[in-house]
Amino acid sequence: MLTGLKRDLASGSAEEYLECLFERIEKSKLNAFNALSKEAALEKARKFDRSPWGGLLAGIPIAIKDGISTKGIETTCSSSILRGYVPPYDAHVIERLKAEGAIIMGKTNMDEFAMGTSTETSCFGPSRNPWDVDRVPGGSSGGSAAAVAGGEAPCALGSDTGGSVRCPASFCGIVGLKPTYGLVSRYGLISYANSLEQIGPLTRSVEDSALLLEVISGHDPRDSTSAEKGQYLSGVRDEISGLRLGVPREYFGEGVDPAVEKSVWDAISVLEELGASWREVSLPHTKYALAAYYIIAMSEASSNLARFDGLRYGRRTGEDRDWHTTFSKVRSAGFGKETKRRILLGTYALSAGYYGRYYLKALQVRTLIKQDFERTLADVDLLVSPTMPFPAFRIGERIDDPLSLYMADVFTVPINLAGVPAISLPCGFAGHLPIGLQLIGRHFEEDLLLRAARSFEEATPHHLRMPEVA
Amino acid sequence: MITIKDVEHIGWLASIEIAEEEREEFVAQFNSVLDWFHQLDEVDADDVSPTYRVLDLVNVFREDRVSPSLAQEESLKNAPKVEAGYFKSPRIV
Repeated sequence: MLTGLKRDLASGSAEEYLECLFERIEKSKLNAFNALSKEAALEKARKFDRSPWGGLLAGIPIAIKDGISTKGIETTCSSSILRGYVPPYDAHVIERLKAEGAIIMGKTNMDEFAMGTSTETSCFGPSRNPWDVDRVPGGSSGGSAAAVAGGEAPCALGSDTGGSVRCPASFCGIVGLKPTYGLVSRYGLISYANSLEQIGPLTRSVEDSALLLEVISGHDPRDSTSAEKGQYLSGVRDEISGLRLGVPREYFGEGVDPAVEKSVWDAISVLEELGASWREVSLPHTKYALAAYYIIAMSEASSNLARFDGLRYGRRTGEDRDWHTTFSKVRSAGFGKETKRRILLGTYALSAGYYGRYYLKALQVRTLIKQDFERTLADVDLLVSPTMPFPAFRIGERIDDPLSLYMADVFTVPINLAGVPAISLPCGFAGHLPIGLQLIGRHFEEDLLLRAARSFEEATPHHLRMPEVA
Repeated sequence: MITIKDVEHIGWLASIEIAEEEREEFVAQFNSVLDWFHQLDEVDADDVSPTYRVLDLVNVFREDRVSPSLAQEESLKNAPKVEAGYFKSPRIV
């Protein structure tokens, strides 16, 4: 779809296309954007129309999650503690997008500091699901997914710490990719849980995800965990006959909506018709993944978010008193409830006397979960599962009970603990709500993951259905 | 069991003042989340080494090169309080 758009923009007008998108956003009920870079984007589009440049994303507008630093565009992580913060530099991925000719449209809504599954913890209020505006778009990259699904942006970037790209992709009926840990530089991504998170694309098609991955991946010396990239576009249209799929039994059954299960089994049949074989496999430590994930994520958050003190950037409210009192008040006023909960619980888990019981134990369980994936993926090429156990829930339905929200991440967090890549793509509908299929691969085998996803997409009509948004 | 006193202490460690009306809610939520964390007690992992990061990293050596850094003006641009080219902090001692 982006390839076609690129052709249209080169022969037509990037400015007119952008004008249409901004008009749509300004009339929208989705609350997908926190900030628009309208003047700068339109100016760039006019320049492009006068003398088009080349590049993999020449003239393509893109929406960016508000946790990714953009030079000159307010970046808040949807937290009032960062209101007014304008980064003096671009994240690595933004430099890459600009180098390939893309145009940054603005910043999308998210759960505060990416802590959530619904975009309801944003200080700007929740984004809405284009398929049903009374429902959540998923999270934490909910604004990015709502914008793409609602036709307000042709593509977007999000970040995925425990499912934050795949969950909203699933709830909004689009494609979301979480790359292998290390494939995309985190330089300029505002850290929440740095050993788990990766930046990933949200798009209308698998090929578009391959295109964006091609642009944003690759080694960056400014991220000490950064790895070398592979080739994602050249083989994406190849066939998948002979592909061996594993269906993990722990990802089905109790707690999974029957419509979701049925769609995923239908998808497995489609993959079989395309030449793949499947067998049941087991990831026995799956049931411990959520608890281990939340202990690790909260612990890392308590350390990463210590930097927000209103000294060098961000809000500094009230009269200055002594250091500790001043910052305790600034942080109390600036952080939302869920962010406070996670910092406080993380602080507790790392505090004297509890480190071994919580943090260290979670890291040991992480090893067992990682070994589950390594053992299973030695015998099969990819794993297949639902992305989310159910379709999008109603706004307000779960937000008052943190545990019930955490449970929604049951099929996405094990992937981040193991660091493997995974993609969510549309595989059906439960009534009017989209269902996402999750494919999981080996470290750095995004090429195979994308090829399988693309084969499935080409054989099915789900990605072509669009929501009727006002 | 976490008590109101514990929540206050954690708030002090984390430098987050916790409002009176938030305390009881946090006590209840923290206890239920910690209870849920305790399911990990049933996993026998004493001999398992912890995974801090998923990929094996090797040390990277590079040449020591001088390159431009952020200008002072840009570095201070987002600071709420600035004086004479410095960040202005509250009193420390």
